[in-house]
Amino acid sequence: MAFWRRAGLYLLAIGAAFFCAAPFLWSLITAFKQNRDLYNPANNPFVFNRPATSDHIIYLFTKAAFGTFAWNTLWVGILVVVITLALSLPAAYALARLDRPWAGWFGIAIFLVYLVPPSLLFLSLSRIVVALGLQDNTWSLVLIYPTITIPVSIWLLIGFLKAVPRDIEEQAMVDGYSRLGAFWRAVVPLTFPGIVAVIVFAFTLTASEFIYALSFVSPSTEKVISTGVPTELVRGDVFFWQSLQAATVIVALPLALVFNLFLDKFVAGFTQGAVKG
Amino acid sequence: MRRVADREGTLAWLFLMPSVVYILALVGVPFILAVGFALSDVTSGDPSFDFVGLRNFDAIFDDPVFWRSLSNTFLFTGVSMFFIVIFGKVLANILIADFKGKWVVRFLVLLPWTTPVTLGAISWLWLLDSIFSPVDWVLREVGLLGEQNSLLGAQSNMYWLGEPGLAMGSVIAVHVWRLTPLAAVIMMAGLVAIPRDLEEAARVDGAGYWRRMFEVTIPLTLPVIAVSALFGAIFTFTDMAVVDVLTNGGPNNATQVLTSWAFFRGIDGGDVGQGAAVALFLFPLLLAAAIAILRAVRRLEVR
Repeated sequence: MAFWRRAGLYLLAIGAAFFCAAPFLWSLITAFKQNRDLYNPANNPFVFNRPATSDHIIYLFTKAAFGTFAWNTLWVGILVVVITLALSLPAAYALARLDRPWAGWFGIAIFLVYLVPPSLLFLSLSRIVVALGLQDNTWSLVLIYPTITIPVSIWLLIGFLKAVPRDIEEQAMVDGYSRLGAFWRAVVPLTFPGIVAVIVFAFTLTASEFIYALSFVSPSTEKVISTGVPTELVRGDVFFWQSLQAATVIVALPLALVFNLFLDKFVAGFTQGAVKG
Repeated sequence: MRRVADREGTLAWLFLMPSVVYILALVGVPFILAVGFALSDVTSGDPSFDFVGLRNFDAIFDDPVFWRSLSNTFLFTGVSMFFIVIFGKVLANILIADFKGKWVVRFLVLLPWTTPVTLGAISWLWLLDSIFSPVDWVLREVGLLGEQNSLLGAQSNMYWLGEPGLAMGSVIAVHVWRLTPLAAVIMMAGLVAIPRDLEEAARVDGAGYWRRMFEVTIPLTLPVIAVSALFGAIFTFTDMAVVDVLTNGGPNNATQVLTSWAFFRGIDGGDVGQGAAVALFLFPLLLAAAIAILRAVRRLEVR
């Protein structure tokens, strides 16, 4: 009985992994195929009928500015993460710890902001971006993305901050730190897992955002991966399939790896935020 | 003592202000602007602002594509949430179990969510290609497709994204594929949060697997499932990335949803006023969902 339950578990796990990862496996095979191999419907699509080639991956980096897109995604992501933390960490602390009577009401208001979706705002935001002179500039994304990440991050961090025992900052204040000093030297280091969760979450949200990036930025040197890859590697009806698939795999693997490393911490933060927030 | 309390009040405001100002400026203002656009005749060619009342709404309500998009949005959201919740629950139970190779399984399972959505959708676009789809190839190999008396027809391809019904099915399937890992992670959080001793106590009391399932696990995880379902529903309701990449609303608006229609009208078509009206139409629905979420969260807090 126990054996069969075990076997069933493995079977389900392998099945789930296959269902989720199959498209990427297919991308991986496609990325190395020659055109004459790829565009022949009689060929078995799962094997190499002709020798593998790396031409299309070279094309991705030399002709399609993939490096530029990746670099833009990276620095936009990092700046957004920095802005998000700088704003949401103090805000979450104020709501979690400073015992204001309106803290609960405020938390709910922030929760509501999270529910206002990009699809409702992108038209007027693109007007604001134009008014600020940031149209067709990657900086517009640095400015706008924190509006998506800050509410979620505040919500997440409140949970982590509530888990830090109160004695610790009281002790720090007895030791002569000001409230601000206690926050910075005693509380922030203990919230580190939560900060890591916010970094990962904000970065993946930013890297995958699509509507704003599509409506604010059109020159290809200013694009990020999520808009640059689909627009530059598709010319009219011509899809550069192998390069597209290579881009998918190159982006997907490192992101999933990092996300997996921090998953346990992320799960812990989410539970606390939702239950006690 | 009082001075300390006062200073805490000031500190609280100092800490909150940057976030509040940021959000008011870049969410509050554009929201009001969106309402203004919806009541005006702004186009990308003529940005002057003239009040036209509800004319934009009249115009979109007269447009059959709008109603098509609206019902598509509900269909898309409803069906995909149904599957996302079920698959997410199963996946969460798998991921929470202890077994060898758990790390690799988790890594592979996370891929659809961590990949930028446009890239994941492009993989599917190639997977469902009208000529070179490997799915079609397998179907042909096993004889379900492409011969005189094949079960799925004599044509050599399914045209997954070209037939209205199949296109909707494909878009929903890809969306489910993409969001299920996130749902699983959230539900995992809910399962982890069940106090171990409660399950132990039920086990000691002689409650079998199914009784523990129905009397301990499900009642305790239901709030988390409800919250994640509503989060997901709002996300799905306003998401257009999958639709945009796979079908661009086609064939013949068969997969057009409100968001993609708003985008098409407002940005591609340049009629900002009508685009805003379509987008604003979403808001009452989202607000209703938000209220539902908050009630679910309150139930969590009571626990």
